[in-house]
Amino acid sequence: MTKHNTLPRRSFLKNAGVLGCSLAASPLVTPVSLAATPGDHRLVVIVLRGGMDGLDLVRPVGDPLFAGLRPNLSSADPKLPLTDFHALHPAADKLHDLWTAGELAFGQAVSTPYRNKRSHFDGQDILEAGVGAGGAIRDGWLNRLVQTMPDTQLRTALAVGREDLLILSGGAATSGWSPDVTLPLSEASRLLMARVYDGDPLFSAALGEAMDLTDVLRSGLQPNADDVPDDPDDIMSDAMMMAKEHRGTRGIASFTAEMLRQDTRIASFSIGGWDTHVAQTLNFKRALSTLQDAIITLKAELGPIWAKTTVLAMTEFGRTVRQNGSKGTDHGTGGAVIMAGGAVRGRKIYGDWPGLAEEDLYNRRDLMPTADIRLYAAAAMRGLFHATPSEIENTVFPDLDLSPGLPSFIA
Amino acid sequence: MSFDPRIAQNRFGYGPGPGIEPPRSVRQMLDRLAGPDTQATRFPISGFVDVFGDLQEIRDLTTAFRKARNKGGDEVETTKAARKEKYREMNRKRDAWFLAAIARCCTAEDALRERLVRFWTDHFTVVGKGALFKSVASTFPEDVVRPHVTGRFADMLRASTTHPVMLHYLDQFASAGEGSKLAMNGKRSLNENLAREILELHTLGVDGSYTQTDVRAFANLLAGFAPGKEGRATYRPNWGNPGPEVVLGKSYGRQKPRVEDVFEALEDIARHPDTARHIAHKFATHFVSDDPDPDLVNALTTSFTDSDGDLMALYSTLLNHPAAWAPQQMKIKQPFDYIASALRALGVSVDTLASLKRKDRNLLFFGPLKLMGQPWESPGGPDGWPEDAAHWITPQGLAARIQWAVSAPSSFDVKLPDPRGFVQTALAGQASEATQFAARAAETRWEAIGIILSSPEFQRR
Repeated sequence: MTKHNTLPRRSFLKNAGVLGCSLAASPLVTPVSLAATPGDHRLVVIVLRGGMDGLDLVRPVGDPLFAGLRPNLSSADPKLPLTDFHALHPAADKLHDLWTAGELAFGQAVSTPYRNKRSHFDGQDILEAGVGAGGAIRDGWLNRLVQTMPDTQLRTALAVGREDLLILSGGAATSGWSPDVTLPLSEASRLLMARVYDGDPLFSAALGEAMDLTDVLRSGLQPNADDVPDDPDDIMSDAMMMAKEHRGTRGIASFTAEMLRQDTRIASFSIGGWDTHVAQTLNFKRALSTLQDAIITLKAELGPIWAKTTVLAMTEFGRTVRQNGSKGTDHGTGGAVIMAGGAVRGRKIYGDWPGLAEEDLYNRRDLMPTADIRLYAAAAMRGLFHATPSEIENTVFPDLDLSPGLPSFIA
Repeated sequence: MSFDPRIAQNRFGYGPGPGIEPPRSVRQMLDRLAGPDTQATRFPISGFVDVFGDLQEIRDLTTAFRKARNKGGDEVETTKAARKEKYREMNRKRDAWFLAAIARCCTAEDALRERLVRFWTDHFTVVGKGALFKSVASTFPEDVVRPHVTGRFADMLRASTTHPVMLHYLDQFASAGEGSKLAMNGKRSLNENLAREILELHTLGVDGSYTQTDVRAFANLLAGFAPGKEGRATYRPNWGNPGPEVVLGKSYGRQKPRVEDVFEALEDIARHPDTARHIAHKFATHFVSDDPDPDLVNALTTSFTDSDGDLMALYSTLLNHPAAWAPQQMKIKQPFDYIASALRALGVSVDTLASLKRKDRNLLFFGPLKLMGQPWESPGGPDGWPEDAAHWITPQGLAARIQWAVSAPSSFDVKLPDPRGFVQTALAGQASEATQFAARAAETRWEAIGIILSSPEFQRR
């Protein structure tokens, strides 16, 4: 890459012999073997925040009770059929292309172990921590997965976006980057900055990695590294413009794809906007469009690597079976999980259908979960990274019951 | 190693600022602490009792909105709009409280107090769950920490345990004693959350000598607290557990649940030797080093025990210990402290802060804090913000700091200082040669200021 990367790197190596104690903990300065990569498969976990309504996405139009329970949310587009029983949301045309290509599947009637309280905050914590209801929220299950993998590097697992993702936090060293961080410095300033950090390996190593990561984005956008503005207001607005360019989910997906083409094997980001209490037709469509864009961007930019990729889109809970008075739905229990990618055994709905009769519902209001959503995550890590049942039961999902068997959706 | 004003203002304060005298002695620092809390008066932030009416209003508006929604008609829109406007008002308050919190740090003579408030607020971490409680999380340090920051640990523990935001955050309001009628009828059940975190995080520490049995018994003892009317905690004996409960080897209460028994247990837990060691270690870790000097930790432990948790004694022990004055800067400023100390160094006026529009507040504070890894009032869990340097100086965390340092200072109504002077004043004469060189060599003033504020000497303390 461009030459300004080399300087902090060199200074970091020079200082590597005199690490202070505060540095010993820094993953950035822990030597890793460059050749090692944990296999070829890629896993992207998208956390859908707000409670994605699985029944709206994958519509059980074959159930005779469905239309009556959801007068405004049950139409089916004949152009987007899934199975004899299910139809896809009418605006999910891009997802349907994936379905047709055999690169999309769903798990129906899934949920985390979280029951009854239906708080977003707790529900998302439990989803990302991967624990049972009432379990300690300390670290995330993707991080614990990384802990079981041999030969991981800092960039093996990557959290993308502004928020700190619980799902990837924990003891294993992972990367995090928000593509709207731009490091708006002239070449001269970069050199000065590197010199200022020269005696401090912690800062020096972080700057080197930051410059590498910003260059992933700069390379496509700025023809000339010296072509940076010379006024702080311009810097700010320039940074904002670049930020804007990359802030959207498309920017996040695009950056994720670029990193997956390199050394990253596991990535995660989130998409909000699923809390559709009101006017769901409109609001769900908006969130769905973002999700479709993200998945399509990943596919387009991953190129041949898409064939090795699995995207899991998971949410904290499903929504009520009946639509409410404001043409929306409220917090529920059973929902759906989305599996997309070239590595997925697609064109299939996994899991058992519990039925919509009142006595079949959870608390007489929600779709009854028939599978723990963690079984789908477990199936992905088993199929993609050869996680063993004992690693899954002992480390990644300590209280998960594997006896129902793992859905075999990895091709 | 002993008192040094340059170390004092940075390690135990918010650094130098134009017109602010550095502390002259340990005695002076402690005397100021023992004096009145002038910053709280100068930049007021509401307590929970003051905003309880607002919360009640939002609840009522929500009820009205739900009713209207089920009924249909014009009222759906009007009630919805009214609720939205009320939330806007709460957000404006929350922003104002943020600015007050940062102004206190930027302008304080008694800056150690502000640092201590941040430390204890993080020790007793709360996160406002849901929009309603999120909007009033700032009341917690006002009610729990500031009144007791120079008092007794046990009093702060009691205030924390019974604060409505804490009772809500750790689900205490929903917990019924296992032997209560409510639990026997299957209507409610015991929730161990707060009991566990008090033992694991607030007092004995995760390595402390308690067992799951103690957690359970303590949870049964705590059952009954809930946020009550007028914004004060209430104790509901019918939710309590028919005792006695044995917690850490001592029996509390009798058949009839009583609030006095809970308070007695809290006093004893605050006084436990494991609590002393846990607090001592955490305190030294926060202020001095991620890997603190064992002799310092021992001295703090002894001080905590001998003074029965008198916090002034704890502070005095720290400031009179040679390890506190080691010249090497071992700690990284957390993002809030980083921004506050930069504003202080630049001399940004309180009026300028107050006049910022919402968009600028997001651009200059809330957005950058999030990118730096410390979104305002939103730590990831009840264990609060991490201490270790490597957690904060990540590629993204550092890039966000640099981005802020080069762009934000020009956005306040201050004339950017001459970098050659600023490198001396902002770093209190501790600038490295490379930083001094960069301050002279940078092409523009704002880049030079950005580099100075990005230097390790400025980000460490």
